[in-house]
Amino acid sequence: MGELTVRHHSAPALPDVDLTTELGGVTFPNPVFTASGCAAAGQELDQFFDVSALGGVVTKSIMLAPRSGRPTPRMAETPSGMLNSIGLQGPGIDSFLEHDLPWLADRGARAVVSIAGGSVEDYAKLAAQLRGRPGLSMVEVNISCPNVEDRGQVFACDPSSASAVVQAVRRNTDTKVPVFAKLSPDVTDIATIARACVNAGADGLSVINTLLGMVIDTTTMRPVLGGVTGGLSGPAIRPVAVRCVWQVHEALPGVPILGMGGIRTGLDALEFVLAGASAISVGTTVFGDPSAPMRVLHELAHALSQRGFARFQDAIGLAHRPPEAYVPEEPDPVGDDPPATGRRPLVGFEEER
Amino acid sequence: MPVQVQGEVLSMRRVGAYNAMTIVAPGIAERTKPGHFVALQVGGSESSMLLRRAFAIYDVKERGVYGGTVEFVFSVHGRGTAWLAARRPQDKLDVVGPLGRPFRLPQGRVNATLVGGGYGSAPLLPLAKALRDRGCRVDFVLGAASIDRLFGQLDAKRMSSSIAVTTDDGSIGEQGRVSDVLPHVLDRTGADVVYACGPMAMLRAVSEIAAERGIPAQVAVEESMACGIGVCMTCVLPVIGDDGVSRMVRSCVEGPVFLGDRVRWNDVDSVPADVLGAPMSTGGGH
Repeated sequence: MGELTVRHHSAPALPDVDLTTELGGVTFPNPVFTASGCAAAGQELDQFFDVSALGGVVTKSIMLAPRSGRPTPRMAETPSGMLNSIGLQGPGIDSFLEHDLPWLADRGARAVVSIAGGSVEDYAKLAAQLRGRPGLSMVEVNISCPNVEDRGQVFACDPSSASAVVQAVRRNTDTKVPVFAKLSPDVTDIATIARACVNAGADGLSVINTLLGMVIDTTTMRPVLGGVTGGLSGPAIRPVAVRCVWQVHEALPGVPILGMGGIRTGLDALEFVLAGASAISVGTTVFGDPSAPMRVLHELAHALSQRGFARFQDAIGLAHRPPEAYVPEEPDPVGDDPPATGRRPLVGFEEER
Repeated sequence: MPVQVQGEVLSMRRVGAYNAMTIVAPGIAERTKPGHFVALQVGGSESSMLLRRAFAIYDVKERGVYGGTVEFVFSVHGRGTAWLAARRPQDKLDVVGPLGRPFRLPQGRVNATLVGGGYGSAPLLPLAKALRDRGCRVDFVLGAASIDRLFGQLDAKRMSSSIAVTTDDGSIGEQGRVSDVLPHVLDRTGADVVYACGPMAMLRAVSEIAAERGIPAQVAVEESMACGIGVCMTCVLPVIGDDGVSRMVRSCVEGPVFLGDRVRWNDVDSVPADVLGAPMSTGGGH
């Protein structure tokens, strides 16, 4: 694939797998995206690889006005994870539309713009401002924000608030641009929220946002983070994320999922795909490895090839198949083993969508 | 532009309470200027420590026997630096660099006073060389808690017109802080510019002393970083911009070197009410 040139890195050729994927009627060249809040608006990572070679660049959540974020310390490293209390620092939509989105468009990157607000009206205005902008491929609605009109209740934790936000964004967005709602795992039943969002017009779901967590410094005997609580991310949350993707896909098998939560390798990405994700985001791993999204793309392509897939989309949701659908004759090659020659697993059922 | 490379440990040495590590890191040495830093992955590829550790670059050799090398100095603070201290020659390390905005050099031949706290003196030594190469007079003030935490005083002495040393315990030099001797040094040497690197409290004191005399100060801050490349928004501090507006800026890409009189020292670790985008509404959202 000619467009996959990795600067400063020798890019091995991708195996012959059709990596295209579809999210809400839009076709993306491959299923690997950045994650909101982990890639700014793409420019910093473009120093390490060509961001237009990814499926898409998911921007840090944009709000109406500039926002300073929370006091430091904003970050605490935890076992295989990290807590952050950045507080959605950002330049606001006007500056984003003037500087960041045009850069992504010029670069040829597919921008997935994440938006965040404190009221339904905020989200509606943000969506309206994004309307018709070149480079906009998709809108991701960050609903893990407190609703100032509802005593700070987080939109993502209440089906009717989540639904109101999604409806407002969908109404103010071009019909051709898919709207994805980003779900919080901090709910009793994620499928209920997922269904509410889809009924309100969401074309797909991003699963999952961070989990609320906290660390206390045993020397100062106070919370470590300036914001007291923070969002937990990284491989520590991966099993939670895979479970959420599984549950949402099971409840809404026709709805595309952008899966994320601690993806570090191509095999991690494949787990999400098998659970039901049509695409994946590489988030916190970028902090430790700025070229990780491109590496994950290559590893995922090789993992698919090793398992005999000619098309990425054939792997979506495959872990949900009934036990009798496919019995391998011998254990499949996994991990870093060389690909088995000419052997194709028999996949006993068709794609669900 | 920074690069991400697979580096290799060339050597490790103990310097008092610190460790100095030299790594072969092709592509980084050639681009490095005094004040730049590197960010290292720690714990190996399966590490439970996800975040990079950032270190100011001490010395570079563009064409060593093994290719370009980068040396940095660190102190063991936690699990990540303990892992790093246990590396041995030929161990592999994932390195990103050079990162950040380096020290800006003066145009003319000026008198420069360089103030280092602890191993904060490390990036000042290549700066001293660059200043001397331009014909500048260089004077050093180095301070530390104790003699074993003083770094580079012999090199500093060799490269400067004068050196003043302070330690908290008086184990070497004058007992006290660099801020106790700095006013006298600035007046005695007729300093035109001050450069500093070290703990935040020291940088604040240096900035204030320089400002009282109308001398520009460039200070390299130590803020906790997660990525080092500008995407995580962790390492912010309130800084006054050219337009007079204060913003929470990233010390990894807009710093680590700032003008001392632009940093809102009173408000570091907080978000002052007049910073762009403050105050926050009801909080929330990550």
